[in-house]
Amino acid sequence: MYRSHVLVCGGTGCTSSGSQQIINVLEEEIKKQGLDKEIKVIKTGCFGLCALGPIMIVYPEGSFYSRVKPDDIPEIVSEHLLKGRIVQRLLYQETVADDGVKSLNDTTFYKKQHRVALRNCGVINPENIDEYIAMDGYEALGKVLTEYTPEQVIQVIKDSGLRGRGGGGFPTGVKWGLARMNDADQKYVCCNADEGDPGAFMDRSILEGDPHAVLEAMAIAGYAIGATQGYIYVRAEYPIAVKRLEIAIKQAREYGLLGKNIFDSGFDFDIDLRLGAGAFVCGEETALMTSIEGHRGEPHPRPPYPAVKGLFQKPTILNNVETYANIPQIILKGADWFSSMGTEKSKGTKVFALGGKIHNTGLVEVPMGTTLREIIEEIGGGIPDGKKFKAAQTGGPSGGCIPAEHIDIPIDYDNLIAIGSMMGSGGLIVMDEDTCMVDIAKFFLEFTVDESCGKCTPCRVGTKRMLELLTKITHGTATMEDLDRLEELCYHVKANSLCGLGQTAPNPVLSTLRYFRDEYIAHVVDKKCPAGVCKALLSYEIDENKCKGCTLCARVCPAGAITGDVKNPHHIDKNKCIKCGACMEKCRFGAIEKK
Amino acid sequence: MANKKCAIPFTGTPEQEEELMRVIHEHKEEKGFLMPILQKAQEIYGYLPEEVLEKIATETGVPMAEIYGVVTFYSQFALNPKGKYKISVCLGTACYVKGSGAVYNRLQQKLGIQGGECTPDGKFSLEACRCIGACGLAPVITVNDDVYGRLEVDDIDDILAKYAE
Repeated sequence: MYRSHVLVCGGTGCTSSGSQQIINVLEEEIKKQGLDKEIKVIKTGCFGLCALGPIMIVYPEGSFYSRVKPDDIPEIVSEHLLKGRIVQRLLYQETVADDGVKSLNDTTFYKKQHRVALRNCGVINPENIDEYIAMDGYEALGKVLTEYTPEQVIQVIKDSGLRGRGGGGFPTGVKWGLARMNDADQKYVCCNADEGDPGAFMDRSILEGDPHAVLEAMAIAGYAIGATQGYIYVRAEYPIAVKRLEIAIKQAREYGLLGKNIFDSGFDFDIDLRLGAGAFVCGEETALMTSIEGHRGEPHPRPPYPAVKGLFQKPTILNNVETYANIPQIILKGADWFSSMGTEKSKGTKVFALGGKIHNTGLVEVPMGTTLREIIEEIGGGIPDGKKFKAAQTGGPSGGCIPAEHIDIPIDYDNLIAIGSMMGSGGLIVMDEDTCMVDIAKFFLEFTVDESCGKCTPCRVGTKRMLELLTKITHGTATMEDLDRLEELCYHVKANSLCGLGQTAPNPVLSTLRYFRDEYIAHVVDKKCPAGVCKALLSYEIDENKCKGCTLCARVCPAGAITGDVKNPHHIDKNKCIKCGACMEKCRFGAIEKK
Repeated sequence: MANKKCAIPFTGTPEQEEELMRVIHEHKEEKGFLMPILQKAQEIYGYLPEEVLEKIATETGVPMAEIYGVVTFYSQFALNPKGKYKISVCLGTACYVKGSGAVYNRLQQKLGIQGGECTPDGKFSLEACRCIGACGLAPVITVNDDVYGRLEVDDIDDILAKYAE
């Protein structure tokens, strides 16, 4: 028995800010103080509050230390762990109460959250199967194999109302039912862990924090549709997730929870990993399967749908990581429990990766139907530096933005589509008044042009032409006709592309045109970028009344564009200026303006 | 994606070749073997030299044209060697919104190379990458396995100096 447990986050965010070093120093210090029989250090998955990493929680008190540095460790060990005196100074300030420590669940970041898919993340050691089993792990698989027929499993999933969390929102139970109906000598269960949306890291955190939940759910899916082999297609860019999955698969095999005759039921199921190699299009289901087969990851037309002819031409189901993470809970707690959460057509919870211009960047899980305002202002802690909220982007390069006027809309699949965005996999990037919406649309188009696989013409050529038009707009050389042409092209690419990548690529443009047309017009007609981002439309000027003639700007200017005598107002030669902004950054008198 | 023919001569060792052959034989009976073999070959050599691709073609019976097609399709596969220090700048949305574009520009300027290139002394190579998932630390760059987050453009000089030796 240990008297105290120290949980240190080993997710990608905290590992990047040095949590492994924290663990090493911690273990060393604990040993030095002779506490290694009393205190156990556990490396967990993501706690969600990545902005405050590296994160460390000490139980039983539940003290939440944030942004921990290796130098802080000796103090925490000798004061808190040895003498029982919590180091108030290093606590996450919101958890400090007058009478001691406030529970993490009472902080604004966690209060409104409801963790289903993330329930074990940051709680268990993901590299130890026993900890998962202690949290009712593999009980759902046991229940299914001993008490349910495959049809009953599918019915429970259908009744729960669970829809695909990868973005499309297709009812999971229906998908399984279709694959069940197709007879074949071999069927496959695949897991889409090719999380390619820039700014989204929900799936990665689940794989890193609770890999067994995904394995268990895939085995349940295998039983339901009659498959004996599963594949997880995971991004090679997620080395920690890959390593934990490898460990989890090995442990599950050793415990007989994967392999032959699981729970003596006669059911065989095994899972192999396949690593992606950096192609966004492979998140599309047909492209993903082509990639597992070892080819160029190009999509192909549907039908036939994967439920009929998928991987290696056999009936296949493909679900997203987060979808799977919900399954064991649905089996254990019942369809009614799950469908009691959420809105009429979108049940359960959704995980969002909150990023961009927001205080609490990190991972949040909320019931469907939560409003954007609750997520941004309450959970996310609002926008830094007193800036104004402009828009939130959901769905990555396939989605659109939600402007301030829709901030009170309850978030679910159908509402987001109605306002021209989409749920996507759950990336939620917050933008403030300093973000240029034309530039953002161009950013996403650059991404799609890069990632278009080139198989179909509307996507290959269409997105390229759209990018050229957007570049023209940001350079201030476009006309109003170009704007019309851009919009027309959007509808054309949307209607005629082969796969989801091309069909949704125009969304960032269409939604910014819908809500921020005035910004486009400012670029085209007035040749101005209201947010001050598009370089070609900016000019830097020195306010003669504020300039003290300190010569600092002239010295930092890499182009030699600034002239003037000491103690006299300086001047910028617009023909030489390269608009790098170095002068403005350095000016101590706020005399340089960007127009 | 690298598509130029590699100008640097192939310098594989017998140990590397032995390892490659072991990998090929371990995987070639599996379904969809090509990707795992290429990924491991890249781990062995650091990139995918033409000589290695030819070897894989001969041993597996997959035509060279098809292998080349797969290699050039995926951005992770490299036909050219990388620098001793591989710098990746995250241009995912969260990082971009927080100014990683400026960081990327400064690096190109400082190193005197474009993204996807390597400095002439073979020391630094630079590339843009899509979201490494450390959005909480945006903007982020990685140098080999070291991660630098919450960056400002002015931090670049100090970071490069660390690797200058």
